[in-house]
Amino acid sequence: MEKGTWLVKSGMAQMLKGGVIMDVVTPEQARIAEDAGAVAVMALERVPADIRAHGGVARMSDPELVTQIKNSVSIPVMAKCRIGHFVEAQVLEALGIDYVDESEVLTPADEAHHIDKNAFTIPFVCGARDLGEALRRIGEGAAMIRTKGEAGTGNVVEAVRHIRTVNGTIRRLQNMRHEELMAQAKELGAPFALVEEVAERGALPVVNFSAGGIATPADAALMMQLGCDGNFVGSGIFKSEDPAIRAAAIVKATTHFQDPHIVAEVSRGLGEPMSGLDVRSMPREELLAPRGW
Amino acid sequence: MNVGVLALQGDVREHVAALRELGVDAKLVKLPKDLKDVQGLIIPGGESTTIGKLMVIFDLLEPIRHRIQAGTMAAWGTCAGMILLSKNVNDHDQPLLNVMDSRIQRNSFGSQIDSFEADIPIQCIDGEPFPAVFIRAPTVESVGPHVEVLARLPADGRIVAIQQDTMFATAFHPEIVSDRRLHQHFLTLCNEVSA
Repeated sequence: MEKGTWLVKSGMAQMLKGGVIMDVVTPEQARIAEDAGAVAVMALERVPADIRAHGGVARMSDPELVTQIKNSVSIPVMAKCRIGHFVEAQVLEALGIDYVDESEVLTPADEAHHIDKNAFTIPFVCGARDLGEALRRIGEGAAMIRTKGEAGTGNVVEAVRHIRTVNGTIRRLQNMRHEELMAQAKELGAPFALVEEVAERGALPVVNFSAGGIATPADAALMMQLGCDGNFVGSGIFKSEDPAIRAAAIVKATTHFQDPHIVAEVSRGLGEPMSGLDVRSMPREELLAPRGW
Repeated sequence: MNVGVLALQGDVREHVAALRELGVDAKLVKLPKDLKDVQGLIIPGGESTTIGKLMVIFDLLEPIRHRIQAGTMAAWGTCAGMILLSKNVNDHDQPLLNVMDSRIQRNSFGSQIDSFEADIPIQCIDGEPFPAVFIRAPTVESVGPHVEVLARLPADGRIVAIQQDTMFATAFHPEIVSDRRLHQHFLTLCNEVSA
């Protein structure tokens, strides 16, 4: 019996495909998410929109809260640690949760290095804005990738930019001759072996979810049609007028993303979505996606 | 041969690819109409609560149950699929197909850090033990008289593969390894249905 293998870590993410992972801040919200059909919950003290509003240093959540949320549901529980803060990751592993998100939504603890994720038994998901960033994280041991988007904005534009960038670059790699891949690896700042693998497969070697700005069923279906394997929804659910109904609608739209009739049906009468932010009018220092490298 | 993969959530793509390697073009089952002419249905790994709820919402639970009970469709559940095929699940109230005479313990080994790989002997296949990957896996706590136990975990004897007529269930994920013997076994069951 061998634990913590690559197959066990990346395989866990395969089982989440086609599903929605929801940010929750209380056990009650976790149960609402589970009842709505979430495949997992992300246990947090504040959703990203509130982290923005609160300001200051955003850290790993209180272990007491994470444990309460873990005990309130049967679906997998994820939690966030700061970029580079490997002790927060060790603590989350010790709590017996299912996945760690090394996340730009929290204040980075290390501006040069991400966590050596291969050293852990627990699997990690990491954010990426482009293919090079995704492959650097996979090289460090991330068993799942998500687009960064721009968390806490309710604005899908950055998530769209990031998935188009990742998948567009993969398509270009597929058309390259083998001797061109090394120069490409240099340009991307990505491990050569992974660049070769992506060019060969025409896909990332791990599951890729969308995140950062998904607020409606149509947003969720858009990200799926653009090639994501599933959706993280943060502030978009519990900052909306009727979280339970919106959560269930986003789950259904993620499953039937290719059927506009079903997306239309589930989008009816959901109440107000979260109010969004125009990413273009935000000062650069308020953006979360550029955190990490 | 017409084989479907329930495509509401989970690792659908891996089952489809495995079947393609065996020369079978799988059909994605998302709505009741997709069950037409399907002689076998794979219920993939994923979250059993999510897949169960979506089966209820999109009116698939009854049609699938009916086809299995009528003996006109073979079924194979992997991990979450094993839970959904069962009649009983310990400590959880969730939608089930209620067709296999089995009682399931969900997350039998604990959380993700206790997920593991192990080579296990399985009665329905010849040769080497099967490379089984257990991910937050369930196990079978007990079975009724008509259920055949095909595999137990060598370490502690817990039941991890069962069969009842043309219904088959594994606690692990043959779809994410390259060994195709269990997919081949399921195709044999599908042929029994059509014969």
